[in-house]
Amino acid sequence: MSGAPVGPGQLHASLRGLAGVDEVGAASRAAMLGTRSIKASSKARAIDLAIAMVDLTTLEGMDTPGKVRALCAKAMRPDPSDSGTPAVAAVCIYGDLVATARNAVGDAVHVAAVATAFPSGRASMAVKIMETEQAVAAGADEIDMVIDRGAFLAGDYARVFEEISAVKEACGAARLKVILETGELRTLDNVRRASWLAMLAGADFIKTSTGKVVPAATPTVTLVMLEAVRDFAVAHGRKVGVKAAGGIRTSKDAIKYLVLVNETVGNDWLTPDLFRFGASTLLNDLLLQRQRMRSGHYSGPNYVTVD
Amino acid sequence: MTNEPTGFPYAPAPESTAIVDISSSYGIFVDGAFVEPVDAPRFKTVNPATEEVLSEVCQAGAPEVAAAVAAARRAHDEVWSSMSGAERGKYIYRLARLLQERARELAVLESMDNGKPIRESRDVDLPLAAAHFFYHAGWADKLEHAGMGRDPRGLGVAAQIIPWNFPLLMLAWKVAPALATGNTVVLKPAETTPLTALAFAELCQQADLPPGVVNIVTGDGRTGQLLAESEGIDKVAFTGSTEVGKQIQRSLAGTRRRLTLELGGKAANIIFDDAPLDEAVEGIVNGIYFNQGHVCCAGSRLLVQESIVEDLLVRLRRRLQTLRVGDPLDKNTDVGAINSAAQLERIVALAESGDAEGAERWSAPCTLPERGFWFPPTIFTSVTTAHRIAREEIFGPVLSVLTFRTPDEAVEKANNTPYGLSAGIWTEKGSRILWMASRLRAGVVWANTFNQFDPTSPFGGYGESGFGREGGRAGLAAYLQERVN
Repeated sequence: MSGAPVGPGQLHASLRGLAGVDEVGAASRAAMLGTRSIKASSKARAIDLAIAMVDLTTLEGMDTPGKVRALCAKAMRPDPSDSGTPAVAAVCIYGDLVATARNAVGDAVHVAAVATAFPSGRASMAVKIMETEQAVAAGADEIDMVIDRGAFLAGDYARVFEEISAVKEACGAARLKVILETGELRTLDNVRRASWLAMLAGADFIKTSTGKVVPAATPTVTLVMLEAVRDFAVAHGRKVGVKAAGGIRTSKDAIKYLVLVNETVGNDWLTPDLFRFGASTLLNDLLLQRQRMRSGHYSGPNYVTVD
Repeated sequence: MTNEPTGFPYAPAPESTAIVDISSSYGIFVDGAFVEPVDAPRFKTVNPATEEVLSEVCQAGAPEVAAAVAAARRAHDEVWSSMSGAERGKYIYRLARLLQERARELAVLESMDNGKPIRESRDVDLPLAAAHFFYHAGWADKLEHAGMGRDPRGLGVAAQIIPWNFPLLMLAWKVAPALATGNTVVLKPAETTPLTALAFAELCQQADLPPGVVNIVTGDGRTGQLLAESEGIDKVAFTGSTEVGKQIQRSLAGTRRRLTLELGGKAANIIFDDAPLDEAVEGIVNGIYFNQGHVCCAGSRLLVQESIVEDLLVRLRRRLQTLRVGDPLDKNTDVGAINSAAQLERIVALAESGDAEGAERWSAPCTLPERGFWFPPTIFTSVTTAHRIAREEIFGPVLSVLTFRTPDEAVEKANNTPYGLSAGIWTEKGSRILWMASRLRAGVVWANTFNQFDPTSPFGGYGESGFGREGGRAGLAAYLQERVN
């Protein structure tokens, strides 16, 4: 599949023309890669890489400026007891808290705002565009938008395409992450089609989930999305990133995702510019593992900061 | 030693060998005990990944084979054939549990003696071997429901000769159904991989299996021939090369001894243009590079619809570059060592015939260890049905790629082989799967997967791939005599 499609009919035909995904085969490939044994120096390297790939996230109704400032401090200096710990990639917050976050982090980490009526995506196009523009104006340099799953499942790919294109335009220089909400798309064929749709419409990242729907990120879904960015890069010469978000809580899980990246798209994608974890609790487990690898023993939850 | 195809190096993750206790030499296992034969010559078994000698075993001759057959006969007549099915089942369940309990040790031993990756012996061979014992243990007291009459009986003494590619798993395929149906066995493991069979003999002792029910004699083809031609047996079950299979069939002609053969193959793995491509690539890799291609049902002939062959080959070559070839005991190794110098020689010779006949060779770039027997994962393109590499079983990590234009042509090419053990079909179109499966002359047809095994599913071939089935209800028939009254 190459060249941007023009009409809705052609878009439909080209997305339907993508090779199907065999669910059993994809799941068994992801499971096999989950058996890789990453130890010693590889593990130390993987943990630092995973920390640098975290979009440290708070997306709650009870978020306050105070909470966001604390999150920002943690993002810049995840482990106060070890200054060698890398900073995370970004903080990920609601749009109204962007200014607070930007003031707190300066240029040290990216500020990502969710937009487009997150998490459901149910609002008019005008509202979605305005929300995006306001977040960017307030200092967000990354926008995490959601696709209209209703339109996608109804087969109205053109509408989804237009919405992503319009939001991309509203982003200006900010990078656009497109959340597919794979837990609502259900089939891996849909995941592959939605991935291509988002990339064709201009996504800089494709992202699994909002974190508000179960299942969120799974190794199998992430595998299919990685295959999509790999094939898209071959066809269009542009590298699109992948963000696995929701449900990844342990270092062990994070390392499994890095193995998936390594063996599906290779070394080029093993950078925070092209792979991210959307997570909140994952960071502390990574820090505990990092401390253990340096000191040789486990500390405990009180040796890392709560936020 | 292992390759680092990408920039995220995996530190060595070797499985420890401390759990394995290998004696410096082994006798044969007869009548429940290890016996040291007088005068029998000894030979060495080596680790094919390092060429290091692991142990010495004996080359059983006529007296040893006769003693083993006599012990099996005695155990059959006096104990095993008259024991109730439920009681036999108890022993078989015990063996199944012991296989699970000692799985890690046996997996390491298997990888050391055979050269296969520990990931495979740990995740495939051992779980499946235990599953075969569990499955057949369940049948032991239900044989009247096997479709072989109201009161089917075992045949007597079964001579079982197994190959080196899945030493313990092939033992399980042979021993479990034989015991469940009331037969006693004399088993001969392959000369390059006797160690897990000898460890299984210890398991039989641990399970308190009545002496003589399982006997194990080691040796090369000469021992196998003595066993197959022994007067005292009632059945031969052989898995191995077609050449040896034919020899056994000739020697058994005119006797009342029964025979099942599971021989070679040259399976077609057929990829249609509407296949799930990424999973098909995995299926191709699993079909031919799993177990270094030492698989009788390996998908060694790749038939690709011509319209997608280039795209598919790009994907396949890219995937092969991520295969990790090297130390079988490293938990991240995908492709291990070739089992023996002799087998490596055969693979090299056949690959050279591919070059000579005009096919194009491509091997995954990888640094092979200096010691041991190794062959890189290899693809031949521009292969025609006339090439030797498209007709003869290579039994190594070598894939021959052919193309087809229509479903009829795919069937014609797939069936154009004296073998007929397995086949694979890759398409998202369900009706095409059924259309193809009914026309392919192969004992097993996999759809959108490859090399899947299960004790409940009968396995066996057409034509020169042999006859008789192993596994499932059909597999029981190979060890039972029908009694309708």
